[in-house]
Amino acid sequence: MNLPLLRIEQVNKSFGRNHVLRDVSLDVHAGQVQCVIGPSGSGKSTLLRCVNWLEVPDSGHVYLEGEPIGFRWKGASLHEMTSAQLAVQRRQMGMVFQGFHLFPHRRVIENVTEGPIIVNGLDRKSAREQAMDLLSKVGLAEKADAFPESLSGGQMQRVAIARSLAMRPKLMLFDEPTSALDPELVGDVLDVMKDLAYEGMTMVVVTHEMAFARDVADHVVFMDGGCLVEAGPPEQIFAAPEHERTRSFLSRVL
Amino acid sequence: MTVASDPAEGGTFRSAQGVRKVPLRHPWWWVGGVVLLLLIAMFVHLLVTNENMRWSVVLEYLFDAEILGGLVTTLELTVLAMVFGLALGILLAMMRLSANPLFRSVSWLWLWFFRGVPPLVQMVFWFNLATLIPELKLGIPFGPVLRSWDTNTVISSFSAAILGLALTESAYAAEMIRAGIQAVSKGQTEAALVIGMSTSQVMRRIVLPQALRIVIPPIGNDLISMLKFTSLVSVLATPDLLYSAQMIYSRNYKTIPLLLVATIWYLVLTTLLTVAQQHFEKRLTLTRATAGPAGNTRRLRFLPSFGKA
Ligand SMILES: Nc1ncnc2c1ncn2[C@@H]1O[C@H](COP(=O)(O)OP(=O)(O)O)[C@@H](O)[C@H]1O
Ligand SMILES: [Mg+2]
Repeated sequence: MNLPLLRIEQVNKSFGRNHVLRDVSLDVHAGQVQCVIGPSGSGKSTLLRCVNWLEVPDSGHVYLEGEPIGFRWKGASLHEMTSAQLAVQRRQMGMVFQGFHLFPHRRVIENVTEGPIIVNGLDRKSAREQAMDLLSKVGLAEKADAFPESLSGGQMQRVAIARSLAMRPKLMLFDEPTSALDPELVGDVLDVMKDLAYEGMTMVVVTHEMAFARDVADHVVFMDGGCLVEAGPPEQIFAAPEHERTRSFLSRVL
Repeated sequence: MTVASDPAEGGTFRSAQGVRKVPLRHPWWWVGGVVLLLLIAMFVHLLVTNENMRWSVVLEYLFDAEILGGLVTTLELTVLAMVFGLALGILLAMMRLSANPLFRSVSWLWLWFFRGVPPLVQMVFWFNLATLIPELKLGIPFGPVLRSWDTNTVISSFSAAILGLALTESAYAAEMIRAGIQAVSKGQTEAALVIGMSTSQVMRRIVLPQALRIVIPPIGNDLISMLKFTSLVSVLATPDLLYSAQMIYSRNYKTIPLLLVATIWYLVLTTLLTVAQQHFEKRLTLTRATAGPAGNTRRLRFLPSFGKA
């Protein structure tokens, strides 16, 4: 097979004596949607955070388009990146958090234009045009001039998605994007994510929305106790899981 | 199961409808009030009738050129000491939060020292710096000297005063700003990092603006304190508001009226600052939800601005 867009290679991570990720490896190809499922505390968030170096793995590597994250090749050795070089790498990956983390001191539209203007040096006018397009796409054009505080959780999360997309990432990471939402607001956010998936965005989605995983994912990854227990197409994972741990987890959530 | 729906059941019910109600009386309020009024009346009587107050003299000097000059000096000292103190405070706060243990220790030591030494002692010390270091030199550390200045020409009583006030303020501001920075959630930093901001952009654009908003009320209090602390400079013979008054009364012996002139001006300034501070804080707490359309998005980037700027 050709080079994966994202490769996670034998990543280990501990917090103190708590071994949170154990030799996790995963390939994500361009255009794929991979859903990561598993009980809480199994290391799903930590895995995502290791991808964009919000957490630095103790061992193992992550590659985006074959380039190691956080390191630079110099001859035969790898040199740790400066934070500025790391920032350049991070621009290629969007991330959406469970808690939204919109910038409360900026209007909705400014949340979306902040990255393009400050990081990419885009001029104000084109940044606003692009941001308005993205806000219409997530159905929030009329909220452009509001402050995040006045939005519902579902609206905030859609703004957060638009903010990430504004950087034109090659890959989107979602960490339980709907877990903090009232049930009736979950659908709007999932719809936006579905549209994104159908447009061909490469996505890694940590989620408890099993229906979403079944309908949208190309691959479902089951994690437990820091290990990647089992991965495969949703039909296989949901209908005929190989491992007992997967089976017992699914019987609890389905 | 039946519930008694008529309260009169089993007893006689008296309706309160239309009956005269006697409010609770507070006799001690009245006693206390009368005593206070009496004391105030005595005080005002003293102010107005005491010969030594010499209100005519107060009026005569209230807008005296020397006094007004002192007023300007007091304002200059306040603003400069505050600006330098805050700038240093931001730097110290970031050092205090740095991952580098050396930065953290130096910042800690600085805070320990400048919070421990009274500003007045510092001012006198800075003023006498020349006896310790006669020449200030600019050059390569332990290497050749590029330029040097006579310490006495650099350290005037004015700059000694600024140093003493600003360094003390820097220590207090650092602690406030550190608390403000820590009050901004880690999620904000992460959200900014993942859109590719550099660490300094995250600080400048996301964390500091939010932290400063938290820190504005205590900084307002510091500004008012600073205004009053500037009166310490009179020991260095810097012609601020107090020292100007002192100089005049050392010539004409009208001590009390001139102290009153200074007092009035200090009160005017602190009142103005307090009103400004209250106005500012009200603006800060205004819900952003009620903010109007972003007609004017060119706002002060560093200082707070909520809603309509
Ligand atoms: N920053 C951290 N410091 C210490 N322990 C952490 C930290 N982040 C996560 N952990 C621990 O790592 C384990 C996995 O956490 P996480 O990756 O958040 O799991 P999940 O997202 O699957 O619920 C948990 O036991 C959690 O307590
Ligand atoms: Mg999690």
